[in-house]
Amino acid sequence: MHLGLFIAFAVICVAGAISLVAQRHPINSALSLIVVMGSLAVLYLLLGAEFVAAIQLIVYAGAIMVLFVFVIMLLNAGAEERTRGSRVAMALGVPGLIVVAGVLMYTLAGHTAAGQDQLAIGATYGPPVAIGRSLFREFLLPFEVTSILILIAIMGAVLLARYHAAPAPETRAIDPDEAGDLLQLAGTHGSAAGARERRRAEHRMREREVTR
Amino acid sequence: MPGFHRGDYLLALPMMLLTLFALGVLLIDLLLDRSSKVINAWAAFAGLAFSAAAVHNIQRAFADQAARGEPSSPFFAFSGTLMVDRFAVFFFYLFLAAAAITILMSVRYLEVEDEHHGEYYALILFSVVGMMCMAAGNDLILLFIGLELMAVSTYILVGFLRRDRRSNEAALKYLLLGAFSSGIFAYGLSLLYGLAGSTNLQQISMALGNAMAPGKARVVPAVALVTTAAGLFFKIAAVPFHQWAPDAYEGAPTSITGFMSVAGKASAWALLLRIFLFALGPMRPLYVPILVFVAIATMTGGNLAALTQSNVKRLFAYSSIAHVGYIMLGLIAGTAFLPNPDGIRGILVYLLVYTFMNLGVFGVIASLRRRDIIGDELDDLNGLFFKAPTEAVLMLTFLLSLAGIPPLAGFYGKYFIFLALIESGHYALATLAVIYVAVSAYYYLRVANAMFMRTAGDRVPVTISPGMWAGLAITGAATVVIGIYPEPFLRMVNWSMHVAQNPTVAQLLR
Repeated sequence: MHLGLFIAFAVICVAGAISLVAQRHPINSALSLIVVMGSLAVLYLLLGAEFVAAIQLIVYAGAIMVLFVFVIMLLNAGAEERTRGSRVAMALGVPGLIVVAGVLMYTLAGHTAAGQDQLAIGATYGPPVAIGRSLFREFLLPFEVTSILILIAIMGAVLLARYHAAPAPETRAIDPDEAGDLLQLAGTHGSAAGARERRRAEHRMREREVTR
Repeated sequence: MPGFHRGDYLLALPMMLLTLFALGVLLIDLLLDRSSKVINAWAAFAGLAFSAAAVHNIQRAFADQAARGEPSSPFFAFSGTLMVDRFAVFFFYLFLAAAAITILMSVRYLEVEDEHHGEYYALILFSVVGMMCMAAGNDLILLFIGLELMAVSTYILVGFLRRDRRSNEAALKYLLLGAFSSGIFAYGLSLLYGLAGSTNLQQISMALGNAMAPGKARVVPAVALVTTAAGLFFKIAAVPFHQWAPDAYEGAPTSITGFMSVAGKASAWALLLRIFLFALGPMRPLYVPILVFVAIATMTGGNLAALTQSNVKRLFAYSSIAHVGYIMLGLIAGTAFLPNPDGIRGILVYLLVYTFMNLGVFGVIASLRRRDIIGDELDDLNGLFFKAPTEAVLMLTFLLSLAGIPPLAGFYGKYFIFLALIESGHYALATLAVIYVAVSAYYYLRVANAMFMRTAGDRVPVTISPGMWAGLAITGAATVVIGIYPEPFLRMVNWSMHVAQNPTVAQLLR
């Protein structure tokens, strides 16, 4: 029963992950991610970690996925263009993947039960009390460092995404000989009459927009 | 019931001070106008100084321990997640020095790039916090979070020049590959946890000792070893996992390239040594063949690819890959079960001298940046001797030191590692390494040739800021002094090696 559930949800989880990468439309990828998150929650539950499973559903499958979908809608991201990808990567990667996966499956499936001591993981860390205790006792320092990690992740996102004006052009004194040409180039823009004319034009534009 | 005492906080004080100052820099940055951003640099510098004082405090505690005649033992804090031993103290000083020199070299460079923000200094301080966690962590979780803290800060710093396409591309590539390798690394760590039932390094070492006992199937430990090692090799940029390094080094702001190549690399090595010596110690017979393969591939790939580069930053990226190969030889030296202490000493000396000489190189490259010239092509160095003789001579010193020419610091790193190799009978590897050192002299001298033998393309003098002068003076002096009078530095390395170990490693290192 336990093993059957594990295999079923592990397969769903991997299938969801593959679908996430293979889908061309971001929304489909996001929905596949929900499948991954949900089946992961079930796997946590099977390990006896009920609190982590609940958090996984509420935070990841719930809150974070809503944000994902929201951002995709906001950006109005369309289907991505299909690229052929690298032929070398296909030629080397696919056989390599099969070999590695085969070796892993063979070793982990064939030898674990026979050669290794089985350890009961998660049996003691399930309830919220146990998790809270280990977070604020044994793992206090990693917990605090994680808060710094999240802080710099936010800071980095803001820093890199913040609107950034083009560098200010270098200011220099206007050469008196050049000044006449510049004024001519600027046309009426330099004069008070020109400014009034321009404001009137803008006003008209805005009115037209409003009526539209 | 474990409570936390004053000692716990004193051991974490270097990190706490850095975090406080980094947050302070973020706050005062908002009050500063564009012309006074240099105050951020001073604040960050003060943070590093305070943190160094806190490290010194820990160092004194070791001295007290010795004065009382007790055998030196590491200090544990926060229920054993943090283990500050002499090894960690050595790396703390190394990271702080590298960060301080980087800050000295950054101020003018950032002004020229027109990207002078307080976040830059805050991120450098935060990444040093992460590095300290990597060097002093005694728990897989703290090690991993420290690694991520260092890595995420570096991703952002690589992409710091937001208007520069190369910088954006480098940051994105580095982020994607870095996240991928972190995933593989975390998979390996999860297997280790599965084997030991604990994330504590000593417990893992004991569990692996049992798992490696004759007659048991070693397959799961082997898979755990391979995946953990793959993640670590990525972080130190060893050859099958090195593809990110040239791109990231080329695109990053030059001051950050220097910081990544010394502090980032030293911290990744601290993590690698922690895991390979402390946790995976019993698996040494399995991992040494992997290391031999990777070391040969790294020396070959790094040195041969560096021969044909025309961009100086790419050239030094490949050169730093080659140096990883030499450093790895230090871990290979030894018998099947015991690493050679000279080899480990060689690694520490190598990382120490590499910090100064490589920072110096990137300092010189950063100082060539002007408003209209990026200054990272080999041709931009043409005739540097006739424009800025002092700088050219300093650069030559760093280059010769990197090539391992005797009177300079770089010689000692290679000396100890090759000595350890010969002591433990790895003659073929030692020969190969010496051949590659000779090859590397070619591309270092190519740079020297451009500076001294070619004529400059322009006559614009190179202006060097006082901060850059200070940085170059420190790195140059260290490169020469460690070469001529290495004794205090060797004593420092010996001190950090001496009884720096927990019982399992004490037995490993004699």
